[in-house]
This record gives sequence, C-alpha cells and structure tokens, in this order.
Amino acid sequence: MEFGLSQEQILLQDSVGKFLNDQVPLDKVRQIASGESSDAEVWQGLADLGIPSLLIAEEQGGVGLGSLDAVVIAECLGYHVTPSPFISSAVMAPIALMAAGRQDALAAIASGRHRVGIAFGEAIGARNDAGVVVDGTVLSGKCLFVLDADADAYLIATPEKNLYLIAADAKGVERNNLTTVDKTRTTCELILNNATSELVSDDPEVYLRTLDAGRVMQAADTLGAAQCMLDQAVAYAKQREQFNRVIASFQAVKHMCAEMVANLEPCRSMVWYAGHALDEVPEEARLIACHSKAHLSEVGKFVAKTATEVHGGMGFTDLVGLHYWFKRIGANRQLLGAPELVREEAARIQGLAV
Amino acid sequence: MDLSFGNEYKVFREEVRSFIEQYKDKQPTQVALRGEESLAWQKLLIEHGYHSRTIPKEYGGYGAEADIIKSRIIAEEFSTAQMNTGLGGQGISMLTPVLLEMGSSEQKQQFIKPTIHGEMVWCQGYSEPGAGSDLASLTTKAELDGDEWVINGQKIWTSSAHVADCIFCLVRTEPEAPKHQGISFLLFRMDTPGIEIRPLIDMTGNHNFNEVFFTDVRVPKQQIVGKRGQGWLVANAILGHERGSLAPPDAAETRLNGVIDLMQTETIAGEKLIDNPVYRDRLVKLQGRAMAMRFNDMRLLSARINKNQDVKLAGMIVKLMSTELRHEIEGLAIDVMGETGLSFEDNPYLRGNGSWQYQYMFFLGLIIGGGTSQIQKNIISERGLDMPKEPKVTK
Repeated sequence: MEFGLSQEQILLQDSVGKFLNDQVPLDKVRQIASGESSDAEVWQGLADLGIPSLLIAEEQGGVGLGSLDAVVIAECLGYHVTPSPFISSAVMAPIALMAAGRQDALAAIASGRHRVGIAFGEAIGARNDAGVVVDGTVLSGKCLFVLDADADAYLIATPEKNLYLIAADAKGVERNNLTTVDKTRTTCELILNNATSELVSDDPEVYLRTLDAGRVMQAADTLGAAQCMLDQAVAYAKQREQFNRVIASFQAVKHMCAEMVANLEPCRSMVWYAGHALDEVPEEARLIACHSKAHLSEVGKFVAKTATEVHGGMGFTDLVGLHYWFKRIGANRQLLGAPELVREEAARIQGLAV
Repeated sequence: MDLSFGNEYKVFREEVRSFIEQYKDKQPTQVALRGEESLAWQKLLIEHGYHSRTIPKEYGGYGAEADIIKSRIIAEEFSTAQMNTGLGGQGISMLTPVLLEMGSSEQKQQFIKPTIHGEMVWCQGYSEPGAGSDLASLTTKAELDGDEWVINGQKIWTSSAHVADCIFCLVRTEPEAPKHQGISFLLFRMDTPGIEIRPLIDMTGNHNFNEVFFTDVRVPKQQIVGKRGQGWLVANAILGHERGSLAPPDAAETRLNGVIDLMQTETIAGEKLIDNPVYRDRLVKLQGRAMAMRFNDMRLLSARINKNQDVKLAGMIVKLMSTELRHEIEGLAIDVMGETGLSFEDNPYLRGNGSWQYQYMFFLGLIIGGGTSQIQKNIISERGLDMPKEPKVTK
C-alpha cells in the first residue's frame, strides 16, 4: 500500500515545474494577462513536454497516462498561475472524445495544434440570458463563460447532458471574449444562431465523467495556487520587519500561516485521491470530485484572503502580483459549478436530495 | 497510488470478521472500569490479538509483530461492526508505550501486564495550576531523602485520579537546571500517604478531572522512568501518542452518518431536516472536511509503511483539525434538533442518549486539552514552517 505520488509522477512534477519556473515566470504571465501576447507560446512549450497528449491513448498519438498524472500537472499550473487551456483541451475534451469513441480529432489535440474549448455552463445551470436549444444537430442560443477564447472548436453540453462539437469558425457561431478577473486564462461567449454541430454523445455518463475530471483538475489547480500563496506569505513574513523584528515572529501572523497549512495540507491527499478515483474507483469518483471541487473552493478562498493579508498593503498591490493567484482561485471556485451547487449535487449523489 | 493491501490482509480481514461474527452478541455493552465482564472481555481481546497486539507476550500482550495495516484492519472492522474495542485510558494508551521504550525491565515486568488487563488503572500527573500550555515550567518538586523521593506540590486536570491505582507524574528534581532539563518522570501508588484528591467537575457535569495535592509524599527512589532530568523527553514521547489518537477520522464519519440519520428522522413543521437546503449544505460541507481528513490519514498511514514519504506537516495538523471538526459535527446535530437539541439528563425528548450535547462539549475540552489549538498553531508554524519563536519577554 502506498498512498502518494509515484517516482514517475514526482519526476513529471519536477520537469513541468522547472519548465514553468524558467519559461513562464510572473513577468511572462503579466504579458499574457495584459493582452500583449497570447498563451500560444506557453501552450506550444507544454506541448513539447507532451502535456496536451497526457491522457490520450498511445495508439491515438498520446502518452496514455492517467488522471492522477493530470492532477499533478494541474497543481503545477496552478502553482505558477500558468496561462494555458489545460483543463479544457488536455483534460475535458480528450476524456469526452475518447469516452464517446471519437478518435478523429485526438491526434491534433495531442499535438497541441488543435484546441477544444468547453461550454458546460448551460448544462450545469444556465444563467440569465444563456441557454442552448437543439433541433437535430442545429444549435441556437448563448453559452457563457466558455473555457478558452482561442480554441479551434468547442464541446457544448446541453441541459439534456448531450455533447455537441462545433468549430469556432462554423457558420452561425459568433464568439466574443469575456473579460474576467482572472486574466491568466480566457473565457468567451458563444452566440449560436442555427449553427450546425456534430453530436458527440447522447450518453449522460460521458458528460458526467468529463465534468468530474474538469472539477478535480480545478481543485488541483486551486491546491497549487493556494500552496504558492502560502509559500509566498511565509517567505514574506520572514523578511518583512516591523517593531524591530520580522513579522513571522508575531503569533498573530504565525497563526494565520499555521491555519493555512492546517486547512490546505489535507486537501493534497483529497485531490490526489480524487484523481486516483477517476480512473480506479469509478463508484466513488463522482462524489469525491464534487467534494474536492467544493472543499478546495472553500479552502482556496480562505488561503487567498489570508495570504494576501499576511503581505499587508503590499498584498493589495499589482507590484507583488499576488492578485493573479487570488483571482485564479476565485475563478476556479465559480467555473464548472460554484461550491453551493456542487455540494447540492453531492447530496443528490448520496440520495440526500432530489 | 497503490491502495491494495494484498492477499495476506484479505485473509486477515476475514479472520477479524469471523471473530466479530462469533462474539458480537457476547460482548459487554458498556466498558466498566474493573467490572468483571469488562475484564473478561479485555482478556479475550488480548488473547485473540485485538488489543495490546504488539506488546510482547512476556508482558502480557499478544506478541505480534508491529503491522500497521493489520492494526488498521482491526480498527476498521471493529468500528464498522460497532464492537467493544476494550479498555483504554492513559495507562494503556500512554504509559505502556513509554515503558516499552524507556522503562527498566523490572518496570516492564511489574506494570505492563496488569495495566493492559485493566487491573491497574493509571492517571497522569502533568498539568499544574501554573503550568498549562507552558508545561515545562511545572514546580511540583521531588527531593531525594535517603532512598526515597519526597514530593510536594499540586497537579490539576488529573483525569481519573479518583479511581486510579497509580500515577505517572512529572516532578522537578533539579531546580538549578534549565526548565526542560530539571524534570523527572516518577511512578507511584495513589494510596501513598500525603495525597489528597479533590474533584473538578467539568462543563458536561461529569467528574473526570481532579486536583491532586502532594504533601511529603514518599516514593521509592527506583520508581523513576529514564534518568533524573530526562522526564521532559519521556513526557513528549507520550504526548505524541496522545495527539494522533484523539479524534480518528472513521469516528468523525460515523458521527456524520449519525447526523444524516437524525436529519432523516427529525422534522420541523412536518418537514424533514434533510429536506432543508440550508442544513443540508452545512452537512455536506462537513462531509467534505471529514473526507479531506480521511485521506490525510491514509497518507499518514502510508508514510508509516513507506519510510521515504515526507508527511511532517500532514501529521502536525491532525490534532488541531480533527478536534475542531468533531466539535462542529456534534454542533450541527444540535442545530438540526433545535430546541430538542437542548435536552439534557432526564429530559424525555433526549436523542442519542444525550451524546450530541455531551460530545459537543467534550470535544471543546479536547480542543483545549493535550496542547490547545493555539499551541498547535505555534508548533505548526515554528517546527513546520520554520518561523521564529516569539521573543522572550525580558523583565
């Protein structure tokens, strides 16, 4: 029995971490966030490491690794607030397409050349003005906060839990960027006007498995981002002096840091297990995915606030850049289901709610 | 990630299950200190290796090799079947491991067997009115007079002192040494002349704690564990045992399932509480926290088998997080019941024998006892994050 990451997973973590440290430092993130450049270069770099092909089977041109490996990557990307369409194009789209037996696009996705965005919001629960209606395979309506504004195609989920694939430049598709607080990743709206799509799957299981995986990856992204905020807060507290001593020697500050550790450390085991369960314990996977998404949203929110406070006024500035992590964690909380909604789903899975 | 235990353990689990099957109806319903039925049950558990499993046979244990997975399987199966796991208490859970590690062979021979068989009951003399979180500043002193220690001072929070045969006690033997190096660990009988016990009733109404006063209590010189001045090391070894075991994750999940049962049966204005989304959200939120602690615990278990895993922080946070979590789980049950949740003692509307209110308060006690949550945060930040200690106050 060994609960933890394998040697290979630790190596993967190290090599991706090293790449992000060297090639995608905060300055680079700032450039992309400000719109000076796109995330294409970063995505190409990650593609050279095999990241977009991680989950795709070897015979389809992928690496054929598992969900826990993807969790390890998501955690790294969160730690470095890396701009990339990882959750949509490297996790959710391949899982959906493989589960649906659709192999045609996988090789292109695996190479990183073809990006597939995710429009699941209308299946999880459409907000004001949003919603999709289907006539055969012809879609009309509006999808909001679709993951990845630069994708080549989109996987759209309908309230019936059917999945449709549509090219970004297809007739009847209008795409507009939606600016959010989290500028490290992009979202858009899709306005569909009798747009012809392809049905990928009418099996709700395919939709749910895809959603579960996306939620676990967001939990892992938050885990990484929160860990980085905690590390920064502890480092800052050890060098910032007030009243002739480093502020890390004040109990008030130490206790804030201890509370962050105490809340975050069990999350690591939870997210690892959630990743493991996606592949190996299917009967538990959905409930654990919901719990992980909701719990990491809460812990992430707490760490994001507390770590910023440890930095005092500097935490509030753009100069230190802590806000990139704060906003990333905030975005992970809302996307693919806010914690209250996901907990209600966890209750339904257990038969505690209708 | 490899969560399989292998075939050997599958077989072992079956063994445990068949024991449970055989004895389920024969177990005593309550653990009664010194009760004949309880002592017989204790003996049976030890004979089958379900209690004192790794304690050598010569000291009255079962004498199995340490196997963390087997211990876990026993705990899991007993918990699932709600089997009586036998006697606990500070002599069994805290003193025995310390004697095994640091006791003389005479001390092991003399004390371990009767202790684990429930024939010798112990209390712990650590805290003092002036030495709580700062335990090392304790002032109860022991002076050598010929072949005897002469003890004077006062202890507080002494659980079970009024029913204990013996005490393991921290005393200051080297008043000139730095505070951590002047303490010794003594064992003596509670009927020694010069000991006075006064009850300290706690907020649940129970008499568990006591104040214990020592006036010229004379104890044979050799009843010291470790050497003179080493008592702090011995005491810390025991606290390590205590912190990990206060609020195990499967107990939290069992209690949460109890809350679910309650929410499915309790109603307000004809509506089941489980159908109220506000209460339900609180429940599921706590489930998430309990789940995180369960996997944290699996990681800790794994690190005991795979020595290369670093789980320093994961271990340090357990006492803080698990006691706070239990307090909130019990508190949710009370909120679910509303006014009914206030029921106490002989109230005919009492639910679950009053365990929810009792545990709610009891876990507040555990949040404070065994190193308060605030002390835990000092430990996490200083030893876990390498943050500097608070500067000493200069007078």
